[in-house]
Amino acid sequence: MILKPRLEDLKIIGFYLGKIILGLALTMTIPILIALCFGEINPALDFFISIEISVLFGLLLVKICQTDKDLNWMQGMIVVSLSWVVAMILGAIPLYLSGHWKSFLDAGFDAMSGFATTGLTLVQDLDHLSYTHNLWRHLIMFLGGQGIVVIALSFFVRGFSGAFKMYVGEARDEKIMPNVINTSRFIWMVSIVYLILGTLALGITGILNGMRPLNAFFHGACIFMAAFDTGGFSPQSQNILYYHSFAYEIITVIIMVLGALNFKLHYHLWMGNRKELIKNIETRTLFVTIIATFFIVAVGLAQTGVYPKAVMLFRKGFYQLISGHTGTGFQTIYAQQFGTDWNQLALVGLILAMALGGAVCSTTGAIKMLRIGIIFKAFKEDLKRIIMPERAIVIEKFHHIREVFLEDKLVRGALIITLAYIILYGLGALVGMFYGYPFIGALFESTSAAANVGLSCGITNIAMPAVLKVTYILQMWAGRLEFMSVFTILGFLFASIKGK
Amino acid sequence: MKKNFKLSLIILFLVFSPQGQKTAFSQSLNSGELIQNAKEYDGKLIAYSGEVIGDVMLRGEFAWVNINDGENALGAWMSAALAKEIKFMGNYKFRGDHLEIVGIFHRACLEHGGDLDIHVQSLRKIGNGRMVKEKLNSDKASLSLILLGALFLIWILTLFKHK
Repeated sequence: MILKPRLEDLKIIGFYLGKIILGLALTMTIPILIALCFGEINPALDFFISIEISVLFGLLLVKICQTDKDLNWMQGMIVVSLSWVVAMILGAIPLYLSGHWKSFLDAGFDAMSGFATTGLTLVQDLDHLSYTHNLWRHLIMFLGGQGIVVIALSFFVRGFSGAFKMYVGEARDEKIMPNVINTSRFIWMVSIVYLILGTLALGITGILNGMRPLNAFFHGACIFMAAFDTGGFSPQSQNILYYHSFAYEIITVIIMVLGALNFKLHYHLWMGNRKELIKNIETRTLFVTIIATFFIVAVGLAQTGVYPKAVMLFRKGFYQLISGHTGTGFQTIYAQQFGTDWNQLALVGLILAMALGGAVCSTTGAIKMLRIGIIFKAFKEDLKRIIMPERAIVIEKFHHIREVFLEDKLVRGALIITLAYIILYGLGALVGMFYGYPFIGALFESTSAAANVGLSCGITNIAMPAVLKVTYILQMWAGRLEFMSVFTILGFLFASIKGK
Repeated sequence: MKKNFKLSLIILFLVFSPQGQKTAFSQSLNSGELIQNAKEYDGKLIAYSGEVIGDVMLRGEFAWVNINDGENALGAWMSAALAKEIKFMGNYKFRGDHLEIVGIFHRACLEHGGDLDIHVQSLRKIGNGRMVKEKLNSDKASLSLILLGALFLIWILTLFKHK
């Protein structure tokens, strides 16, 4: 028998949702500081209005739903999935007020794209957007990459057992420290240290490239946030092509790869355990899949002959590939060039890379390396069982921070999530094809949205059908949260209607 | 005889020189057309116009200037001397100078790691940039005040509830 959710469930969900909204409102004060520094009056007003709406909404929820009860699993998952929807709506308000987005749906699309660290965008006249709004676009990637709930856990929650439920709901099932609040704080510490170093590196490179110092450091901070959080937004419409700099490309590749590594691995590297980098199943799988997918892309690009020199082919092919594989979405070519200059083989290589993604407990989306590694190990184990005598006991192990025995439960979990992603990629492609886009293009854009990548072959633009925009928003949301909290909210809605 | 020889040399140069083989597109092309049909325009002399955006990035004796025609921005590689003519670059507070450039279009530039770019030969300023004066949006200011009032009201109500 399905039980109808009680009023108490709604109150608990509302209370914690309200707290997260208040946390989100606090983050909107950062762009206001930038607006004051740069003397941008109307952008500052956009953020004042957004903060007021957020605080109003958050306060009402907290006051109406006041409770001292802790979250259970179902409530924790629902709080997480609703937080992302509410963050999209509230985060879109300042964007929409700027007048650079044609409709609130377009602003919402970009807000979800930012929070989910995707990078697909529907902004208009980006080259004249204020510093304030540009910072917000990149800041939401930084916040979303670490996790909206992680922010709340790090700074606004004093400690309760429901924290772990929300942490897991945000697709982070690995604890680095003994408790999740310390884990969240560690994630923030790593990110902020890298933010300072990355901004310095990109800022200095920008100055050497001829940019004005203020612009160079502003771009450096924005590009770092988009690269480390594998987002892919950029302050200029040409994305990374704007900089015309090989050095800039190399630095962003390094940051993208750092962003694609497991935070747990970062922790071990910080503690001096460098061997973990070589032994870990995720880094090994990442290395193999990068080589394999780059081989496909390189063969495809060589067939087209568009890049006659090996250096050119490597610079263009490898950059887009790393950008796709890490789920970032930075581009050094125009979106239309995927259609005109890249053949289907090169595109398939890139789609595969996008579909695979980076490490678990990182800022990337998609299937992820641990699951690919586990599935590969399971195949290896089954092959051994076939080859070896019936009486032989086959045991497969893999190294992920420690030695782990390959259990059926692990394989089942990896296969279910992989299957869910494949279905999600396929469904988005079907909707794209329904609107008349060719198969490869529709699959490319759908995979990019669902795997939170952000590379575009040109389908994502303001003229695309509203249904397709909504489809991509849903894909970005489900892909970022890795389904579990999305399934829970669907179950909750079903129980609300059919339950007794 | 000497005159005829000179004339023959000039004709031979025009026919066989790489520039002579290229088709010049005197009419300004838009970025969408150039990107979409890059293969057709590759290595040809083209004209392109738009607003200078972002930074003029000096690289030794040359400079990168990004020019936006309203659809896309394209990278233009020009001599630093030509870039000196640019006074305003477009951003939130400025409208950049409007330029018409004539140069060789590259689908995948051999010199610049495969970038799609234009190597500028000549430049003409067709519009001066300007500073954009920002006026306070009174509607936004009013909305902000109304919301502030609503927040204050809620705060008062919660105070009463506590009492």
